[in-house]
Amino acid sequence: MTTSAEVQKVNGENVARSVDEVCAKLIPSEGDVTLDVSDVRRIDPSGLRAFEDLAAAAADKTVRIVLQGVNVDVYKVLKLARLTARFSFVD
Amino acid sequence: MARLSHFLVMSLTVRRVDGGHTETWCAVMSDKTVTLSEERVAYLEGMVRQARTAAAVFTQFTQEDVDRIVKPMVLAGLEQAQYLARLAVEETKIGVMEDKAIKNMVATEFVYNYVRDKRTVGVIREYPERRLVEVAEPIGVIFSLTPITNPTSTVLFKCIMAIKTRNALIFSPHPSAWRCCFEAVRIMHETAVKHGAPEGVFTCLESHNLEDNKYLMRHKDIGLIDATGGPGAVKAAYSSGKPALGVGAGNTPVYLEKSANLDMSVVDIITSKTFDNGTICASEQTVVIDDEIYDEVLTKFAKLGAHICNEKETEILARTVIDPKTGYMQPMAVGQKATNIARLVGITVKPKTKLLVTPIKGVGPEHPLSMEKLFPVLSVYRAKSVDEALKVSVDVNHNGGLGHTAVIFSNNEAVIEKFGDVINAGRIIVNSPGSIGALGGVYNDMVPTFSFGCGTGGGNSTTDNVNVYHYLNIKRVARRTQAHMWFRVPNQIYFNVNATENLRNFPSRSTLIITNPALEAIGHADIVKRYIPPETPVRVTIIPDAEPDIKIVKQGVEALNFYKADQIIALGGGSVIDAAKIMKLQYEFPDADLEELAAPFLDIRKRVVQYPTEKKNHARLIAISTTSGTGSEVTPFAVMTDKERGFKVTLADYSLTPDVAIVDPQFVMSMPKGLTVDTGVDCLTHALEAGVSVFASPYTDSNAMQAVRMVFKYLPIAYENPHDEEARSMMHNAACIAAIAFSNASVGVTHALAHAFGARFHVPHGRANALMLPHVITYNASVPTKFMPSPNQGAYVAHKKYAMMADLLGLGGHTVEEKVQNLVQATEHLLDRLGVPKSIAELGISKEEFEKTIPDLAKIAFDDPSWRSNPRMPLVSELIELFWSAFKGRGSSSAKTEIKAKPAQEMVAL
Repeated sequence: MTTSAEVQKVNGENVARSVDEVCAKLIPSEGDVTLDVSDVRRIDPSGLRAFEDLAAAAADKTVRIVLQGVNVDVYKVLKLARLTARFSFVD
Repeated sequence: MARLSHFLVMSLTVRRVDGGHTETWCAVMSDKTVTLSEERVAYLEGMVRQARTAAAVFTQFTQEDVDRIVKPMVLAGLEQAQYLARLAVEETKIGVMEDKAIKNMVATEFVYNYVRDKRTVGVIREYPERRLVEVAEPIGVIFSLTPITNPTSTVLFKCIMAIKTRNALIFSPHPSAWRCCFEAVRIMHETAVKHGAPEGVFTCLESHNLEDNKYLMRHKDIGLIDATGGPGAVKAAYSSGKPALGVGAGNTPVYLEKSANLDMSVVDIITSKTFDNGTICASEQTVVIDDEIYDEVLTKFAKLGAHICNEKETEILARTVIDPKTGYMQPMAVGQKATNIARLVGITVKPKTKLLVTPIKGVGPEHPLSMEKLFPVLSVYRAKSVDEALKVSVDVNHNGGLGHTAVIFSNNEAVIEKFGDVINAGRIIVNSPGSIGALGGVYNDMVPTFSFGCGTGGGNSTTDNVNVYHYLNIKRVARRTQAHMWFRVPNQIYFNVNATENLRNFPSRSTLIITNPALEAIGHADIVKRYIPPETPVRVTIIPDAEPDIKIVKQGVEALNFYKADQIIALGGGSVIDAAKIMKLQYEFPDADLEELAAPFLDIRKRVVQYPTEKKNHARLIAISTTSGTGSEVTPFAVMTDKERGFKVTLADYSLTPDVAIVDPQFVMSMPKGLTVDTGVDCLTHALEAGVSVFASPYTDSNAMQAVRMVFKYLPIAYENPHDEEARSMMHNAACIAAIAFSNASVGVTHALAHAFGARFHVPHGRANALMLPHVITYNASVPTKFMPSPNQGAYVAHKKYAMMADLLGLGGHTVEEKVQNLVQATEHLLDRLGVPKSIAELGISKEEFEKTIPDLAKIAFDDPSWRSNPRMPLVSELIELFWSAFKGRGSSSAKTEIKAKPAQEMVAL
């Protein structure tokens, strides 16, 4: 199993781009990828769609995406978009 | 990956289905069904997903964020008001462009004026005195049906509401108003997104059929359906199983009453009925006119441009503008000018005719023009009386207009009030135009809207003018509150030996002493008389020494009336004082229904039955207790039986509390031993139960604790040395102090058990209490199976209160558990010392007999109100266990086992 131990920081100012970059670099075919989203205070529709795409890509590659440091407002957005089940969360 | 705005996607793939219908949604919803293709499902799913994403993102917006978006949307709507109105008229061929432009302006400017300062995000309202805060939660995705009659104004209105409340909207316009609605949605969407709203916040079905609507109405991500349209749309929305705002058709009755300002009324009606060619569903449909003014009113209509139809013209219109098969209006007439309608049906009218007025003689299917007519045809009915006018208005109201709108023109407040009472309409418009009046904010202070809630009469969930608050889930954050407590005692309490002398301070024109034969025989009544001012006429009424019966009470009231007493002196134990309380009640309030006043209640502050306050007579009640137990001299309770009818009433109200209490130990020096024990243990039970009651307060605690201390110290002395004045005096005071405690904190399970058991086996109340008391202490000190709701207490504290009592008594112990056990043992030792039987069995009651009665006893005990303030809510099974513990007796192993098994000691902190 290939696991990326690196924690990748998501830029709170440009969530969509930042998550897209992670998505493009999803090297492991399985294992965990951790995204530090503690700088994300608000998420816009493009950012949310980027997370949707990331979840889809990760599912294709049997990768578990771990979101670290999600604030509760962003968590609620992910919940309403029915995405929380597709990620793991750590503080 | 495509992240185009949904609007771009839709504008590239637009395929309009235009059935050319002019029907309202009723017709559309009954159109033939189409099975959705996979492609169509994908399209709809994409639309919902986009709206869901927008709604999810929207939840992060602040009030300032949304307000920043709303204002430019409103300005855009105002700027495009005429453009959108023109589009609507061109597409629908309905209504008047100028009026539709006004509608668009009302839908933006007036609605904005209402919502601009409203809080719709986060905390929206606070009620500090109730410790209540209301917090807004968006709904999410709202599926909105819009009508043909008010297409663009409805879109503008709903878009502003949605942004203000952070919701996303999917529009399904009427198929014959799709293009103008799509354009209105586009303008709103572009403006909103430009100012920060999430993309996809508004989307509009590019084309649709019944299946699209069905699919979306049942979609799991649609939070609410807002169906503005005809009954078909509303019914479909409500049938979907989703929360829905369904606001639909009306049939507005108007009562033009003779006191009205006729000139104003006629102008208002014409203004309203011709506005946008009568397309607003709140517009006037049938005007019921008083006979006295009927001709004058019709003349005024004619002068102002109405054509008054003759019988033949009316008959032609009835046949042509109303569909004879369905009874509903013909689409070809909806929103058309009066002159066009006249031409279509072959009636000759003047070129500038505004309105066709059709006299009708009844309401219902046989009178087609009594139906809703969303065009400038107005029916009129001549009423011979106010009564007839109201009845015909009700008929119109029930002829398709329930819950919607009604109008009255009158200056007679009584008639207006009656009309408001008998008509079922969400909006009852007084002395103003129906359609514009119902919109709100122009002629009145109602909330501006383009959706009229029609209540259950119209199959709707609300009668409101639909507004931003209907687009919100309002959450209540309710902080814990403490109910107001009280501490009520008689105005004056005199105590210690010869306290009776204080009777000298109470002047009276006529005094009645109520006492029992024994006290009278040993001269106690004479002692009392001695201290009453000599000029006061005094009579003595002797009543039996038993629980007062209604007959005795009646005799007492007769005596009070006969002697016109203004002072009652009750000299005796609980029975005499209780009798005097009820006599006073019946004397002061002869109409008081004792049975009703005895109705059960949970919280005296919220009781259903209120005691009377308007006194017919006035009498001061002075209670002089001659036993040291019940404390009736200071309590608000009284018990009475009606032997003939076989019932017992327990009255409880602070108005029953005697005005003056005299606690003079000279009257208890000769109490027999048995009575000393029974009353003394009753006093101890009052104190212990008040001490752990859920209504206990620092005020009652001080009394309860002091009484416990006094009883443990002085009751054995009074029992063993009846002539010990100090012990007698202190026990007499203890009884009064304990009664003060339980008058304000109530009692508990011991009393509930004792009442049931004592009544069944004729055991004196105090002794019955004694048999139950140690077991109940153990029970209350254990972890409850069910806690009693007690907002005034921070935690379960009964065990700690018992431990405090043990400390006060100096019983020792290091832990709460030890202290509670010591209190139980001390209570048992006290009861042993007083010679109280150890068990129910010791009373000579066999196990078999007791076993037979236990189910009933438990039921009766459970019905007893006494335990409602007990710290632990008893289950019936637990009451049975307690009865068995009492049967086995003090020191039986079960009690000890329970306290060890479930110690409450570490459960909570004080």
